[in-house]
Amino acid sequence: MASRSTPHARHAVVEPTAAGAHANGAGHHDEAIVLSARDVAKSFGSVQALKTVNFDVYRGQVTTLFGENGAGKSTLMKILSGVIQPTDGEILLEGEPVRFASTTDAQRLGISIIHQELSLAPNLSVRDNIFMGREIKGPTGIDYAEEARQTRALMEELDEPIDPLTPVEDLRLGQQQIVEIARALSVDSRILIMDEPTSALSASEVEVLFRVIRDLKSRGVSIVYISHHLEEALTITDHAVVLRDGVMTAYARRAEIDLEWIVRNMVGENFDLGSPPAGYALGEVALSIEDLSVADSSVSERSVVDHLSLEVRAGEIVCLYGLMGAGRTELLECVAGRVPSSGGQVRLEGEDVSHLSIAERIEKGLVLVPEDRQRDGLVQTMSVGENLSLASIKAFTKGLLTSGRRERGVVEESIANVHIKTDGPRAEIGSLSGGNQQKVVIGKMLATHPRVVLLDEPSRGIDIGAKAEVFKLLAEGAASQGLAVIFSTSEVGECLSIAHRIVVMSRGRIAAEFGADISKEQIMAASGEAVVA
Amino acid sequence: MSKQRQAPVRQRGGFDLGRLLLEGRAFFALIAIIVIFSLLSPVYFTTNNFLTMSSHVAIFGLLSIGMLLVILTGGIDLSVGSTLGLAGVVAGFLMQGVTFDLFGVTLYPPVWVVVILTCGVGALIGAINGVLIAYFKVPAFVATLGLLYVARGVALLMTDGLTYNNLGGQPELGNTGFDWLGFNRLLGVPVGVWVLALVAIVTLLALARTPFGRWVYSTGGNARAAELSGVPVKRVQVSVYVLSGICAAIAGLVLSSQLTSAGPTAGTTYELTAIAGVVIGGAALTGGRGNVRGTLLGAFVIGFLSDGLVIIGVSSYWQTVFTGAVIVLAVLLNSIQYGGRRKRAAPASPSSPASAPPSTTDREPAAADGKSAGKPAVQH
Repeated sequence: MASRSTPHARHAVVEPTAAGAHANGAGHHDEAIVLSARDVAKSFGSVQALKTVNFDVYRGQVTTLFGENGAGKSTLMKILSGVIQPTDGEILLEGEPVRFASTTDAQRLGISIIHQELSLAPNLSVRDNIFMGREIKGPTGIDYAEEARQTRALMEELDEPIDPLTPVEDLRLGQQQIVEIARALSVDSRILIMDEPTSALSASEVEVLFRVIRDLKSRGVSIVYISHHLEEALTITDHAVVLRDGVMTAYARRAEIDLEWIVRNMVGENFDLGSPPAGYALGEVALSIEDLSVADSSVSERSVVDHLSLEVRAGEIVCLYGLMGAGRTELLECVAGRVPSSGGQVRLEGEDVSHLSIAERIEKGLVLVPEDRQRDGLVQTMSVGENLSLASIKAFTKGLLTSGRRERGVVEESIANVHIKTDGPRAEIGSLSGGNQQKVVIGKMLATHPRVVLLDEPSRGIDIGAKAEVFKLLAEGAASQGLAVIFSTSEVGECLSIAHRIVVMSRGRIAAEFGADISKEQIMAASGEAVVA
Repeated sequence: MSKQRQAPVRQRGGFDLGRLLLEGRAFFALIAIIVIFSLLSPVYFTTNNFLTMSSHVAIFGLLSIGMLLVILTGGIDLSVGSTLGLAGVVAGFLMQGVTFDLFGVTLYPPVWVVVILTCGVGALIGAINGVLIAYFKVPAFVATLGLLYVARGVALLMTDGLTYNNLGGQPELGNTGFDWLGFNRLLGVPVGVWVLALVAIVTLLALARTPFGRWVYSTGGNARAAELSGVPVKRVQVSVYVLSGICAAIAGLVLSSQLTSAGPTAGTTYELTAIAGVVIGGAALTGGRGNVRGTLLGAFVIGFLSDGLVIIGVSSYWQTVFTGAVIVLAVLLNSIQYGGRRKRAAPASPSSPASAPPSTTDREPAAADGKSAGKPAVQH
């Protein structure tokens, strides 16, 4: 196994012959189908997760799966990579029906998957990660020199000359992803499934990844790509498969489609993320951030938030746009009391809250909906209801004891207010879809009746329908209750939705401030982001 | 796979023996133990034996309930056995009278003062544990392991390795009544058992019906999320170790009263028995899952099993083997239960496929450990 599939061997066989063939006969080879799904269906018990899916993956091309949360993308991906087996239909690999008993089975046939959460061992080196589980054995144990040589060759092929002995934890996320790709290539993968590969990457890292993908394509590797960033995916894909509620609604070539077509097929109608609520006067200044600084946790003399000042009025919605590392998360966490400041003040309705704990700030009406709902938002061992009521326990406590009846009231009100689709308060939090989980986190904080709500990337990893619902909720809160809202985003399209004001952050400072009538290009230019066509 | 698909079908039938046995495993294990030992020995199933066994269980039960609180927050407390020993020694020391050389007087504190001071010692050890863990970020395993040695060492130092045998007190000194803590019986039941019952009820109420209980569960389930929801996570962590220390001190008082002596080596390795009781009771060592009822059953399983083995005359070496096997089996069943958790969510709602289609794919089988049970629901 190890000797057959070493990159060295692959190199020798593929490069001299295939490189020329691909370059010459591009048109001809492009049409070769490597993988097809024929009437693939999957059900779990009585629940049909996937119905009659048909599509082809072409050699050296990118096929993107589009769809909302719960549309069946993950199920399909798991079927293609051998994690689960279809209940009906078949998978054809180069025209032959195949059945993968496991992921190793699929990998043996040349199909590898790169998960959203990378599966590297951070403490091990790049070399050890690439050869994990299939070490090259020499006469005196593992042949480290040979492994390192092959690793170096692989990384050079991918134009990312990382030293093979670098521990993976020292690499940036984008580089780690490339190590995963190198690992997939080292087992001779012909088909690479990439699940949300760009979700944690910065714009420049995405560029590197896309260059690698183009490079892979030119070498005849087929890619199955899954992403929530529709625009981004459109720049790289050759084919689009759109799923909705487990049914394939559309399948087309890139040349025939545009963004609107995808969205229409994903959600079944034209979608709009809303507009700034109007028809009322903004109130007093609700939150005032004055000259706030936050020190970098690793390099203390550097500031991730650098003498930043910002005011938000009651009823106002402010969008905080910026690239990864611009300091948005640190700013919001500092205002909420999670991270200590190294200077400056935070005032809530005129009162200095800089020295209060998170709990005290919540009590005063300043709440944060964190970015990573799995890590910071939800208690996975608790039910939907217990999660919703966690921040407002005081509201249903009388004397020493909590009141079950009053808690039910709080929870049911929240479920209704933020429109959570659930079997009831006792349902497990894990049984909800991503969008509904996000609504639980938002609902939990709104149940404390705040004056100022901070939301860090509230739309991360949720589908466009849920996104629109979340924004609508915030717009209603601002208009009817005079909530002051700050939400951060890294999708420029979301800036131009419900925000009255767009604040662009870059390197811990405010780089620019715009009204709602600004264009995407201007926002991106202010953030220091190259404008991608 | 096939097994996972069948599970909902079976449950729809209304009766699922496997699931019933799994969920009530500690209870059924206890019944099985009682039945088996009653068949093997005529003295096992007698009121007297049950009372004796119960007073043994009282010790494990008290330690296990304190341990449960700690484990629910995702921690562990290895110092409870030593705390128990130190508490007994402190009580014994106080019962002998405290001499103040400076004033040339010897004070004989009454028993209620002894009880309070002893509990204070337990609380202090717990507070040191809690502060080290919550504020200085020392891993719970290491911090409490350190206190395990320190507390034991202090107990040995205080007594020079000897045992206090005279705990009875004297009527003229006004410090009698120590027997009453564990040795005596109330309504025919050993006082230790009453103490356990009281502690269990208070803990049960605290966990189920107070904000503190909710904080404990949320801290263990996801401390970061709890903190951002305004839960005073650090105070909760300190509190559970303090409570665990107090429970251990109470257990120490009950034990030295039962034995009418207080030795510095009492309670050695009891921390492991306490952890075993919690685990057999179905709590997850990763935190956030578990309850008082299960833990009590766990303590009874361990106590009744080891006493049963003694009664039928199995060698103490074999007792160790049996106890170990039961613990491993319990953990095994725990992982089966929490691994299967998400699959059960699906059939619980026959009407839901129509009303909530977006969540359908979330019901895919998840990874088999409780920790990741919530995770796979992120849909792409």
